[in-house]
Amino acid sequence: MQTTDVICASVVTIKEFIAMSEAAVKPLTEHSPEEIEKVQNWINTEEYKEQNFAREALVINPAHACQPLGAQMVAHGFEGALPFVHGSQGCASYFRSTFSRHFREPASATSDAMTEDGAVFGGQNNLFEGLENAYTVYKPKMIPVYTTCMPEVIGDDLNAYIKNAKQKDLIPEDLPTPYANTPSFKGSHIHGYDSMLLAILKDLTVGQKVEGKCTGKLNLIPGFDGNTGNLREYKKYLEAMDIPYTMLADITDVFDSVCDGTYRMYAGGTKLEDAADTINGKATISLMKHCSPHTMKWIDSEYSGSKDILPLPMGIRKTDDFLMKLSELFDKPIPAALKAERGRAVDAMTDAHQYIHGKKFAIAGDPDYLLGIVSFLLEMGAVPYHILCSRSTKKFQKELQALLDTSPLYGSQGKIYINKDLWHMRSLCMTDPVDGIIGDTHCKWVARDAKIPHFRIGFPIMDRVNIHRTPVIGYQGAINFLTVIVNKFLDTVDETCEDQWFEMMR
Amino acid sequence: MAERKPIKGITKERVEQLIEETLAVLPEKAKKKREPHLGANEPEASTCAVKSNKKVVPGVMSQRGCAYAGAKGVVWGPIRDVIHVSHGPVGCGVYSWGTRRNLMQGIPGVTSFPIDFTSDFQERDIVYGGDIKLEKLLREADGLFPLNKGLSVLSECPVGLIGDDINSVAKKMSKELDKFVIPCNCEGFRGVSQSLGHHISNDSIRDHVIGKREFKEEAGPYDIALIGDYNIGGDVWAAIPILEEIGLNVKATWTGDGEIEKIAATNTVKLNLIHCYRSMNYMCKVMEEKWGIPWIEYNFFGPTKIEESLRAIAERFDAKIKKNVEKVIKKYKPKMQAVLDEYRPRLEGKTAMLFVGGLRPRHTVGAYEDLGIKITGTGYEFAHQDDYDRTSPEMAKGTLIYDDVSEFELEKFVEELKPDMVGSGIKEKYVFQKAGVPFRQMHSWDYSGPYHGYDGFEIFARDIDMAINSPTWDLVKAPF
Repeated sequence: MQTTDVICASVVTIKEFIAMSEAAVKPLTEHSPEEIEKVQNWINTEEYKEQNFAREALVINPAHACQPLGAQMVAHGFEGALPFVHGSQGCASYFRSTFSRHFREPASATSDAMTEDGAVFGGQNNLFEGLENAYTVYKPKMIPVYTTCMPEVIGDDLNAYIKNAKQKDLIPEDLPTPYANTPSFKGSHIHGYDSMLLAILKDLTVGQKVEGKCTGKLNLIPGFDGNTGNLREYKKYLEAMDIPYTMLADITDVFDSVCDGTYRMYAGGTKLEDAADTINGKATISLMKHCSPHTMKWIDSEYSGSKDILPLPMGIRKTDDFLMKLSELFDKPIPAALKAERGRAVDAMTDAHQYIHGKKFAIAGDPDYLLGIVSFLLEMGAVPYHILCSRSTKKFQKELQALLDTSPLYGSQGKIYINKDLWHMRSLCMTDPVDGIIGDTHCKWVARDAKIPHFRIGFPIMDRVNIHRTPVIGYQGAINFLTVIVNKFLDTVDETCEDQWFEMMR
Repeated sequence: MAERKPIKGITKERVEQLIEETLAVLPEKAKKKREPHLGANEPEASTCAVKSNKKVVPGVMSQRGCAYAGAKGVVWGPIRDVIHVSHGPVGCGVYSWGTRRNLMQGIPGVTSFPIDFTSDFQERDIVYGGDIKLEKLLREADGLFPLNKGLSVLSECPVGLIGDDINSVAKKMSKELDKFVIPCNCEGFRGVSQSLGHHISNDSIRDHVIGKREFKEEAGPYDIALIGDYNIGGDVWAAIPILEEIGLNVKATWTGDGEIEKIAATNTVKLNLIHCYRSMNYMCKVMEEKWGIPWIEYNFFGPTKIEESLRAIAERFDAKIKKNVEKVIKKYKPKMQAVLDEYRPRLEGKTAMLFVGGLRPRHTVGAYEDLGIKITGTGYEFAHQDDYDRTSPEMAKGTLIYDDVSEFELEKFVEELKPDMVGSGIKEKYVFQKAGVPFRQMHSWDYSGPYHGYDGFEIFARDIDMAINSPTWDLVKAPF
């Protein structure tokens, strides 16, 4: 027996050796032009689409990010808050870079830089040192903590760790340190947004509820929105209607800050005392349902005043609904100036409808944005055709389908794809062409291959300037978005038509 | 090389005082940790006193990335004909998708893959492990992109923590697909910065790639490989023509616009030219030990360094190459002079501070100096002692050297030394621009480039002039 074993072992070794030396040196290979052309054509076919849609394990070009990114956006949105990543430092650098690329603004956030020993012993020591240093150097008014994969996998107990840090006097007992578990292997950035917002509100409102008190204010949750122009537009409406408000996770002045020769690390954000007082508010509205389910559920049980979840006000009708809801809640009339703005938006839409009516669009994005974009396109008589959300639920699919169903003529042609990615979208646009694609920067590859215009909306937009400053919600947003789309179509006609079709007027 | 003249107002005493004042805000323990990483330059010392390659101090806001970033973003990602799988949750692949500007030729999705491939780990993958999923997705990827020349598996944090064995999956799939399937255990928590990711990636090239292919044509006396040029903004495409013009044969580029089979066959070249020493010195040393291939560091930023480098490269070859080099230097002189005539008068006497990674904190110094700009401070995100030893002689005495500088430190240094420009990364950019300080992103060439070679210098000079002399800076202060 022993001899056989030895022989077997040596046989295996020789086999392996031969395999290795066979693999060791092969000549360089080159694809022939025919081969390349064949594949180049093949990836645009129905057959390829089928194989592409049969994927079960591989994700290619997803149109969503991970939870802590969303948590960080919320954390940036409070006055004097220093976002704090519990986990690998590389994650913090990725989030910061992503925000800076999109907004072209600083995104100061720190991390406790867990490494291998943290993986073995847990991250408490890192958190201790990190909190003490961050507090001492940057003097924040609040340190919102959120996690990356690493502490989530090893099961760090943030609640205990933070308590211990305070007990050891590393940071003041009264420094707000809300924390959220934001594992990257669950949900997407919008879920991290929800978790962090909930954690901050729970923390800041402790002991703040006063029976019978009413601030008379509206609490507004804008949701994960990379468009600071949208947030300014909400404020414009509220101010026009003379409604006092607290915008929660208000990134307006954080990510659209001035350049005047002074760098302010803590520019803007919701004031902490205002956030604390939201629990006594007159009304709370979330404008992004899918970014705030847990937060709104909690608010529903804890806050006084009315609670409403409204759709992102894109297009005329949803803006009408928003303003009418505000009017109803605060018993204030919608001012003539806003009615006139509505009139101008409708004027712009009727003037331009002929250039967009019946055009088919591919759309990719977060659930709330998708609902808004589809709603606007239907109002224009355009066709939302391939609608893709790379991380969502059947429930959302139903909700979006119901919206499409409201428009038998334009909505019935649309098909919704959930948990599919932008490589699926490529196949859709190559086999069943559309006139344009709407989505964040990542959609540019599909647009190029399908030779269709790309209308940038959403997050992140890293290849154009100032789009985040131009609102796409409300009446003005409708005008803005419409103008971009229609003029691009007209530019294309002028740039590509033959001479005899080149005209003075369009 | 002659030691640089001291820069007016920059002295050892002032710089040391500045460091002391800056660190005074830190708690004692953190201060102790940070102190050795900051110092005044002493060009004559045999080794740079500034310490490096240590753990990030938690909470101070370091600008560092992780091992995965070093593997995916730097070494592996630029190889154009390989499918690079970000193995783990969705985020890492998304954030590193197209955000380094390592440009590549080829038909995207057909022969090149500037695409985010990920296993998009869900909770069940964490619980049950991701090996089976990995095997399946490699098969799917190969089926949908049949002209790929290989697949790399780049691990994210959870993979190492849950004990997946990507190595055996890679081995099995390499056999099944008859292609390179390269496992790279570059989990983000490993090491102290991107740097370990470079090293791990180099090791994976050593273990799975190098020596596994051979060029069809006979090896020639002028065969070289370009190592550590990542083709940021097209750098490789500006460097190759010069090397070809002097008569060398560029057989492979590591890894900018790289091709895996050429990389695998690099072991027959006569000389390795290395630009980014930090990220690729490991493989140069491996090729030197195993195949006796010598290597030489070079610098293609700015005419002074280009000329120096070309002459040093020529020394490794025969009279023909030496003659060519002189010819090439002469040929580009007028072009370079025209660039200097245009920009130097507007830039002479300006100062700049740098904080980047890899090679740039020292390699770009000469290019600024060609334009008449002095560098008052420099530092690296993830360098080692050997990088700082190479940096000291390039900087004037008393200038500020900072390793893994944190946000508040750099802010304070810039506030005090008042450079006319800062060259650093995207995270730093807007901090300084808000303060009215001109800035260029020097990781990504601020969406410009190339900056390498003669063509690159022309663009570099234009960009630096544009940054410092843009009329927009005059509007920062309101008149009311």
